[in-house]
Amino acid sequence: MIDKPINNRAWLLVLPVLIFVLFSALLPMMTVVNYSVQDSMGANNFFWNGDAWFRAVLDPSTDIGARFADALIRNLAFSFTALMIQVPLGIAIALCLPRKGWAVGPCLVIIALPMLIPWNVVGTIWQIFARADIGLFGAALNGLGIPFNDTQDPISAWCTIVIIDVWHWTPLVILLSYAGLRAIPDAFYQAARIDAASRWAVFVNIELPKLQKVLVIAVLLRFMQTFMIYTEPFVVTGGGPGSATTFLSIDLVKIALGQVDLGNAAAMSLIYNLITITLCYIFYTIMTQLDRRRDA
Amino acid sequence: MKRGPIPKNPAPRKESRLRRGLFPKVALVAYLIVLMLPIYWLINLSLRPNEDIMSHMALWPHHPTLEKYFFILSDPTWVHAFGVSLTYVMINTVISVTVALPAAYAFNRYSFIGDKHLFFWLLTNLMAPASVYAMPFFNLYYAVGLFDTVWAVALAHCLFNVPLAVWILEGFIGGVPREIDEAAAIDGYSFPRFFVRIFLPLIANGIGVTAFFCFMFSWVEQLLATTLTATNALPFAAVMTRSYSASGMDWTLLAAAGVLTMIPGAVVIWFVRNHIAKGFALGRV
Repeated sequence: MIDKPINNRAWLLVLPVLIFVLFSALLPMMTVVNYSVQDSMGANNFFWNGDAWFRAVLDPSTDIGARFADALIRNLAFSFTALMIQVPLGIAIALCLPRKGWAVGPCLVIIALPMLIPWNVVGTIWQIFARADIGLFGAALNGLGIPFNDTQDPISAWCTIVIIDVWHWTPLVILLSYAGLRAIPDAFYQAARIDAASRWAVFVNIELPKLQKVLVIAVLLRFMQTFMIYTEPFVVTGGGPGSATTFLSIDLVKIALGQVDLGNAAAMSLIYNLITITLCYIFYTIMTQLDRRRDA
Repeated sequence: MKRGPIPKNPAPRKESRLRRGLFPKVALVAYLIVLMLPIYWLINLSLRPNEDIMSHMALWPHHPTLEKYFFILSDPTWVHAFGVSLTYVMINTVISVTVALPAAYAFNRYSFIGDKHLFFWLLTNLMAPASVYAMPFFNLYYAVGLFDTVWAVALAHCLFNVPLAVWILEGFIGGVPREIDEAAAIDGYSFPRFFVRIFLPLIANGIGVTAFFCFMFSWVEQLLATTLTATNALPFAAVMTRSYSASGMDWTLLAAAGVLTMIPGAVVIWFVRNHIAKGFALGRV
């Protein structure tokens, strides 16, 4: 980290990556930028529109602006709820996992399984599972006297999406935390035993500080994914009922493909992308700061 | 916290006393059961005929039938689609790991103009919502004549898999001492020979873990895969969605297809199960 030799020929090693990523990133990105500053009279007849689309999207008093603000708040609330459940749950389960023995392999395989199911199949699984007529989950809740209907009732729909995300992605937090826990040398635990430290004290003073780095990665990845969630709500609720589960990505696709309002959609997607990148940049800075402190 | 000297033989049992107790086991088993329930339900439905599903709830199939599995496995459309999905995932994994290796080495071993910005820019590609770029992607791949081929999907998935591979591999490469590079240079190895003969075997674990992640994210991504294909290279999950609307509500078929999509993932995890945790610990991700 500290005494890396300066060598600009290293660019040659990075070149293949640049070519592959630029091919897929640059042209689509420029298309979106083009749409965001132009207006169309139809028939491929575009003219310069300046920043009008951006101003409309950022102004909550316009229709599109209000819609964007709503979806943004809804999405932030969703990301926050999902992370607040996933991170503590993931750490707790990681603490429960055995560190050695025959059970480790099978446990890890079962835990990782939900992450390897194609996203629309995850949607299908839950669409079936949550139905009140043929699904165990919906039927069981209704049997307990809780009114639950994920396609009619906004609160049910919202909770279903959160539960799906928790089911689908807590495994990632578990695997990261488990790896972090395994990296703690046994000597730390022995020292704690000599001090007769309580279980809680061990967790707060030894395990949590050592997990800090992996947790930042977990939060970063999970935030990015929940903020861009599309397939699961699209398959399960279609963004409804009403707009209860219309998160940013879903709203964008509705505007761009449903209403063919390309200018607004493009401006909105650039602002959306910028928000994601800014928030991630903050996390990334924290992460590298931690790295430096650890290396020092 | 005060740390006392570590005695040579602190306790008869090596495993910490703190980790014993019944509660963790019960909690773990309960979690695993909850995790498996939706999957179990899918398998359950895939084994019951449609009339049976619609007429009553059954916690397990009373008259199990594999009819829909045989149907899928004997229908050329489904079988072809399964092959297509596996093909683009493998092409993508090979490309991602191959191009990411030298770049990850460069990021870890050298500093060069703009390295930090370049690294962050690569990561920003993980943050581009696929739903936003689906249409422009369609235009791009249509224009270059790759639309409806496995190459279109394999290349499109590079957008997020290549940065991810660089990120993970960089962590693994950081675990290899720099002295090895220097010793090889003194022994007269050229850079390409050193990289292939000496360096790659040292990070074999890391390459395995990276390939696992590339496989995973390419296998589960469906939005771009569906947008960039029409008939020749339709992925498995897209055939699933299509049959959905075509046949009304053939729950058994849908469930059976869903179960089949889980198999490649399950096989891959089984092979890397002992490396997942190790890989996470060594790598950055």
